[in-house]
Amino acid sequence: MSLIINLAYFAAAVLFIVGLKQMSSPTTARPGIMWAGVGMVLATVVTFVHPEVSGRVNYTLIVLGIVIGGGLAWWSGKKVAMTDMPQMIALYNGMGGGAAAGIGAIYLLQASPESVTNTGLAIATTGSLIGSVAFSGSLVAYAKLQGLMKKTFHFPGQQVANIAIFAITVILGFMLATGGGEIGSATLLLFFILSLAFGILMTLPIGGADMPVVISLYNALTGLAVGLKGIVLDNPALMIAGIVVGAAGTLLTQLMAKAMNRPISNILFSQFGGGGGGAEEAIEGTMKEVQANDAGIMMAFAEKVIIVPGYGMAVAQAQHKVWEFTQLLQKRGVDVKFAIHPVAGRMPGHMNVLLAEAGVPYDIIFDLDEINEEFKTADVAMVIGANDVVNPVARTNPDSPIYGMPILNADQAHNVICVKRGKGSGFSGIENHLFYADNNQMLYGDGQKVAAELVASVKALG
Amino acid sequence: MTIEGFIALYIFMLAAFTGYEIISKVPVILHTPLMSGSNFVHGIVLVGTMVALGQATTPLEQAIGFVAVILAAGNAVGGYVVTERMLEMFKTSKKDDKKGDNA
Repeated sequence: MSLIINLAYFAAAVLFIVGLKQMSSPTTARPGIMWAGVGMVLATVVTFVHPEVSGRVNYTLIVLGIVIGGGLAWWSGKKVAMTDMPQMIALYNGMGGGAAAGIGAIYLLQASPESVTNTGLAIATTGSLIGSVAFSGSLVAYAKLQGLMKKTFHFPGQQVANIAIFAITVILGFMLATGGGEIGSATLLLFFILSLAFGILMTLPIGGADMPVVISLYNALTGLAVGLKGIVLDNPALMIAGIVVGAAGTLLTQLMAKAMNRPISNILFSQFGGGGGGAEEAIEGTMKEVQANDAGIMMAFAEKVIIVPGYGMAVAQAQHKVWEFTQLLQKRGVDVKFAIHPVAGRMPGHMNVLLAEAGVPYDIIFDLDEINEEFKTADVAMVIGANDVVNPVARTNPDSPIYGMPILNADQAHNVICVKRGKGSGFSGIENHLFYADNNQMLYGDGQKVAAELVASVKALG
Repeated sequence: MTIEGFIALYIFMLAAFTGYEIISKVPVILHTPLMSGSNFVHGIVLVGTMVALGQATTPLEQAIGFVAVILAAGNAVGGYVVTERMLEMFKTSKKDDKKGDNA
């Protein structure tokens, strides 16, 4: 029997790696997640005959737990809007972290001097700490992105308090790990409470714009916690899957932080977007307004149009109309491309998902590096719902908080049209100098309404 | 812990490099689905919670185990559903050439 179980776990580990590998290309990504799913089902099913699983009550609870947890997640996962995807991932990820912490809690409760080694205790404790932090931190991230918690939270001496709590947690963990299995339940309880508190306190001061990096980091942490639990439970499938995710998640976190030009330490331990920071340069020029009809005709007679979509477009649910407009332009022979900034949307790749939802094929969507040179040759660049990612001060003003962030060079197109709800600065609160540029025209209005007007203007041309 | 310390360390090291290698060649357009996909993969923690609950002897342990299984099942199922939904939408402009094909 144990041979079958081991074979199934081995197969699951292989399927996870193959699945993740296939997810690295858009053409094979879907079979990739399906193979990983097969691995998951396989591993779960054989665990029902695992020799260490026993007791009628326990079996009932396992089945009940899977039905409840799985059912709720199935329902919420099917229902969630694509714009809300980042916080949903945070939520599911937090659940995994909590589960890892739960395994640790049971292990530590059952520990007796005969059954455990100090190494085992140390690994279990570390995994529990990491899992708890990922759990409570992810829940805060979820609450922030979901709009349940609007404000960032600061108090004097916050960093000192965080460090102190972390230090106490580590000391308690050290006591648990070296206690040789003689574990006081008070120590254990306090250890978990402080671990959870640390996750909350660490995440509270981080602003919404930085949340994707934080979610990615917690994803990596959960992976690591799961991997450590795999060692404790002697389960290679857990070890391999957990560590692979831990490493992959760490790299992904670095890539995201790099795209935002923010070192990870900076995101975690400083506060962004509070004060403007630095002297604002005086802005030259004035904002010029354009009507949707004129903008539509201008693009209809252009040779090359690059559309720069931002999260604002998705919030306005304008992506379907924008795609309809794009198709009309394509019929007229206009070369239309989409330029995606790495942090367009709420995490890298989020905008691609939103465009894919509208039916935009991914071969007319380009990354910053691929398309930035092309703006010079574009007749029109249309910026819709994006702001900071096209702000030229990132190139020109060293005092600006976003200085050095890679931006899309929309300002280099012959004409720029910025679609915007109203006057005002972007997510970071920084004035956008592009709006005042000579070649720029502002098109005010709700994204969806503007896109519909653009469609109508091109249709009217016949 | 019957997997010997150093063997565990080797597995750890090799898995870490594998994870790093897999991700390093992923285009940005797939970062969100991939994060979601890796989130799904650590849903394997479900297996761990099942074993932990299966060994539980006291009501407290059973309660913790039960909650852990619920959370883990949520991680695995939710992670799968949202990843699948996102990946389902990716298409090329050469659509309908081969219906039902993956391309």
